[in-house]
Amino acid sequence: MLTMQAAPVGLDINAKRQNSMKVLVTVKRVLDYNVKVRVKADRSDVDLANVKMALNPFCEIAVEEAVRLKEAGVATEVVVVSIGPKAVQEQIRTALALGADRGIHIETENSPESLSVAKLLAKVVADEQPGLVILGKQAIDSDNNQTGQMLAALTGLSQGTFASEVKIEGDEALVTREVDGGLQTLGLKLPAIVTTDLRLNEPRYASLPNIMKAKKKPLDVKTPADLGVELRAHTELLSVEPPAERKGGIKVGSVAELVEKLKNEAKVI
Amino acid sequence: MATLIIAEHDNSILKPATLNTVAAAAAIGGDAVLLVAGEGCQAVAGQAAQVAGVNKVLLADNAAYGHQLAENVAPLVAELAKSAGFEYVLAPATTTGKNLLPRVAALLDVGQLSDIVSVESADTFKRPIYAGNAIATVKSLDAIKVITVRGTAFDPVAAEGGSASIEAVTAVHDAGLSRFVGEEVAKSDRPELTAARVIISGGRGMGNGENFALLEKVADKLGAAVGASRAAVDAGFVPNDMQVGQTGKIVAPELYIAVGISGAIQHLAGMKDSKVIVAINKDEEAPIFQVADYGLVADLFDAVPELEASL
Ligand SMILES: Cc1cc2nc3c(=O)[nH]c(=O)nc-3n(C[C@H](O)[C@H](O)[C@H](O)COP(=O)(O)OP(=O)(O)OC[C@H]3O[C@@H](n4cnc5c(N)ncnc54)[C@H](O)[C@@H]3O)c2cc1C
Ligand SMILES: Nc1ncnc2c1ncn2[C@@H]1O[C@H](COP(=O)(O)O)[C@@H](O)[C@H]1O
Repeated sequence: MLTMQAAPVGLDINAKRQNSMKVLVTVKRVLDYNVKVRVKADRSDVDLANVKMALNPFCEIAVEEAVRLKEAGVATEVVVVSIGPKAVQEQIRTALALGADRGIHIETENSPESLSVAKLLAKVVADEQPGLVILGKQAIDSDNNQTGQMLAALTGLSQGTFASEVKIEGDEALVTREVDGGLQTLGLKLPAIVTTDLRLNEPRYASLPNIMKAKKKPLDVKTPADLGVELRAHTELLSVEPPAERKGGIKVGSVAELVEKLKNEAKVI
Repeated sequence: MATLIIAEHDNSILKPATLNTVAAAAAIGGDAVLLVAGEGCQAVAGQAAQVAGVNKVLLADNAAYGHQLAENVAPLVAELAKSAGFEYVLAPATTTGKNLLPRVAALLDVGQLSDIVSVESADTFKRPIYAGNAIATVKSLDAIKVITVRGTAFDPVAAEGGSASIEAVTAVHDAGLSRFVGEEVAKSDRPELTAARVIISGGRGMGNGENFALLEKVADKLGAAVGASRAAVDAGFVPNDMQVGQTGKIVAPELYIAVGISGAIQHLAGMKDSKVIVAINKDEEAPIFQVADYGLVADLFDAVPELEASL
């Protein structure tokens, strides 16, 4: 495993080289967050036919963070992984256009459950030996918020979830986390697993030349069998229904009318 | 059949989210055992023993568990689940529960059901997906069911009335992988967002942080908590722990007043189960009006002071 020296980062070229490490980022292909979600008529699932798909917003932030670490001389290489059908290569290419160096596509028929994703990623971590792995805190389709924590368990590594700041200092990652009561900072032994929250950074846009360049960057395709992982189902999706509709309310004409309604009609104040 | 429930606390006080999680365990049925893992947290175990419907409290009091580091607490929970034969492991879907429980699930080689909103049967649960724009009914195929519970979907059990025994757990797991460096905890005399009966939230329309004082004055009169949209947090008006929404806090108060908030689906995901919704916005086309019981099209800088004066 790559270990980091205790010197502060970015002092001079040699210090940078000593502190260098590989960063692994994961990206999931999901329904674009601006698209209206529709449940299929037979209630078997959400309808994904002919809708715009995109990089999960939290994964975009993960890619940006990794690229910034490389630009700061802390990371040497940014490797991006996605798991799913062939179409996920589109999101890998997007990440490559944003500055990642090479891609790994693990081809599966559907997008597997979080534990299966974590098992596949654990194998990639064993092969690639990254100093840091950055995932999104949650995929906005399943809203699971599990994969990073599961990967940390399977690899026996430290975890910094819901990160709003990541600093590499010596052999530690100092991660500031968005928690219910405010902010918490942890010191994580490297290699570490980090999951991103929204305020970690503001992702850049890919420039046209970078989109062109991304097409030539290396992209490896593997199967779960290549990695020696057998996937098992842990849940069965029985049905999906639209949420209960809220009845549209009324418009009130004045503050006085609002207060009157809240007192006498809704009886909440 | 028994359920192990992870108690949420700060080493001195048992957090209300625990009571909603015990309610979910009651809906499943069987024995309910509360685990209090922390440091110097005897008082919490005492409170936990009084929670209605709790059969036993396990107290793991050790420096390794003081800050709820997942690397240390997860192996403890996984070991307890296996050795004592728990069929369910539950935690509140708070940032602490979300951080810990998937690590437990992976150690047990089982999946996790996140954020359940109902118990349909012993192995089937409902949970929101796509920011609450769809509700999935999911069956767990695992022998141990690891679940986080959305507090707003389960009415809390009574904090008192129980008389569970307290048993000490001596196992110490100190992975040495992570350390607590510090925290910035927002101090406020107002009720916690997730437990408040009334919430008044401000969005980008507030213009700046100082203007949130307008909302605080209303909150003072109503005994309300103050929340915010992501845009208001991103703009630096208020701290992150005030964010309501898909990726912030999920709330369902009796009364939610949205001020200068447009009503993006990610914000609605966090508050649309509120009993009564009021929206104050100067744009009559704002999507927030589609979910509001009472909408007032007005400039907030006129309407909010007037509201405060008339309460
Ligand atoms: C992955 C992801 C997760 C997200 N999670 C969340 C989340 O958890 N919570 C969340 O809130 N958002 C979340 N968002 C962001 C969300 O999409 C919206 O951008 C955000 O909710 C907008 O906040 P807003 O309504 O305050 O701002 P805007 O959309 O800019 O609306 C401001 C409103 O204020 C009104 N206004 C302005 N001035 C006045 C005035 N003087 N008087 C009255 N009204 C006025 C305007 O008419 C407007 O409707 C998320 C986005 C993504 C991509
Ligand atoms: N199929 C996948 N391929 C690549 N990364 C994934 C996949 N599923 C989940 N992830 C990563 O794990 C994060 C959390 O996902 P989840 O636990 O499913 O909410 C996502 O933001 C991704 O970074």
